[in-house]
Amino acid sequence: MRRLFLFIPLAIFIALGVLFWQGLKLDPTELPTALLNKPVPTFSLPALGNKDEMLTQDSLKGKPALLNVWATWCPTCKEEHAQLNKISREEGVTIYGINYKDERASANDWLARYSNPYVVNIYDEAGSLGLDLGVYGAPETYVIDANGIIRYRHVGAVDQAVWEKLRTILQQVSEPKTVQGEAS
Amino acid sequence: MRLLLLMVLSVCTFQAFAAIDTYEFVDDAARERFQHLTAELRCPKCQNQNLADSNSPIAEDLRREVYRMVEAGDTDETIVDFMVARYGEFVLYRPRLTGYTWVLWYGPFVLLGLGVIVVLMLGRRKKANKEMLNSASSSPDENDSAEHKARMNALLKTESSGNRLNKEAP
Repeated sequence: MRRLFLFIPLAIFIALGVLFWQGLKLDPTELPTALLNKPVPTFSLPALGNKDEMLTQDSLKGKPALLNVWATWCPTCKEEHAQLNKISREEGVTIYGINYKDERASANDWLARYSNPYVVNIYDEAGSLGLDLGVYGAPETYVIDANGIIRYRHVGAVDQAVWEKLRTILQQVSEPKTVQGEAS
Repeated sequence: MRLLLLMVLSVCTFQAFAAIDTYEFVDDAARERFQHLTAELRCPKCQNQNLADSNSPIAEDLRREVYRMVEAGDTDETIVDFMVARYGEFVLYRPRLTGYTWVLWYGPFVLLGLGVIVVLMLGRRKKANKEMLNSASSSPDENDSAEHKARMNALLKTESSGNRLNKEAP
C-alpha cells in the first residue's frame, strides 16, 4: 500500500504530459469572437456602391448569411475572393460585405474587376464597425443567423475546407429559424 | 578604432523603438493612465505584444481608442470593459478573477501548500523513525551490557586458561 504512494509523481507526470500534449494541438491564433451568440453591433454606415444609401444592423437581418470583412489592401482577401464568388453563385448563399478601412473608388474598381459576390457592402472607412465587431485583421468571415445574431467567426481566408465548415454552421442556424418562421 | 565605433553606432540606430505616436494629454495623470492601459492590454493580432509595443494597424487603432477614452475621462474599468466586450478576455494580460480563472490565480498557492504539507509529513516520519531506532537500539544495549561483560570475561578466561594449557603442554 505504502509502495503505491511512490507512483504518485509518475501519475502526475503522465497527467501533465497528456495535458501539454493536447495543448500542442491548439491553435493560439484562433480566438473565439467575444460577440458569439450576440447581435451584430448597432451601426449606421453608407453602402459602398451608393454613398447616399445608409445601412444599419437591420439591413443584415432576414436570412442566415455570411458577413465578410475585406479590403483592397489585404492580399488574403484577394486570395479568398474567387471562393466567395463561388459560394454566392453556385450555392446561392447571401454574403454581406464590410469594406474595412479602404478607399471607396478602389474598392468599387476591385468589385468591377473581380466580380461582386456581395448582396450589399457596408463602407466602414474609419473601421468603427470593425472595432465594435472585434475585427483584428482582414479577412474575417462571420456566420449570422436570420435575426442578425453572430454564430461563428473565421479569421483568415475562406477556402474550400473552411467553407465546408461554414456551410454546416449555416445549415445549423437555418434549421430552427425556418421552424420558427413557419410557426409565426 | 574610431571607424569601428562609428560602424557599431550606425548599426545601433536601426534598432527602432516600438510604436511611437504623438498624443497630447491634458495632464500627466492622463498620460500615465494611457501608458498603464496600453501596457496592460494585449494586441489581438500579434498575440505576444501589448498595445504599447505593437506596430500593427489594429494596435494603432486600439491605442487611439484608449487615448480617446482617457481624454473623455472614462475610468480604467470602462476602457477595459470596452476592449473585453469587443476582443474578449484575450486582451487582458492580467486575467480577471472568475470561476474559470480561479485555478490560474490560486492554483500555485494551493500547490505550494500541498508541497509544504508533504515536506512536513516526511520530516515528521523521519523523526519518528529516528526516535524509534534510538529507543530500539539503546535499551537492548543497556540490558545486555552486563550479560555482555560476563560473556566477555568468560571468553577471556577460557582464552587465558587455554593459553596456560598451551604453555603447559610442551
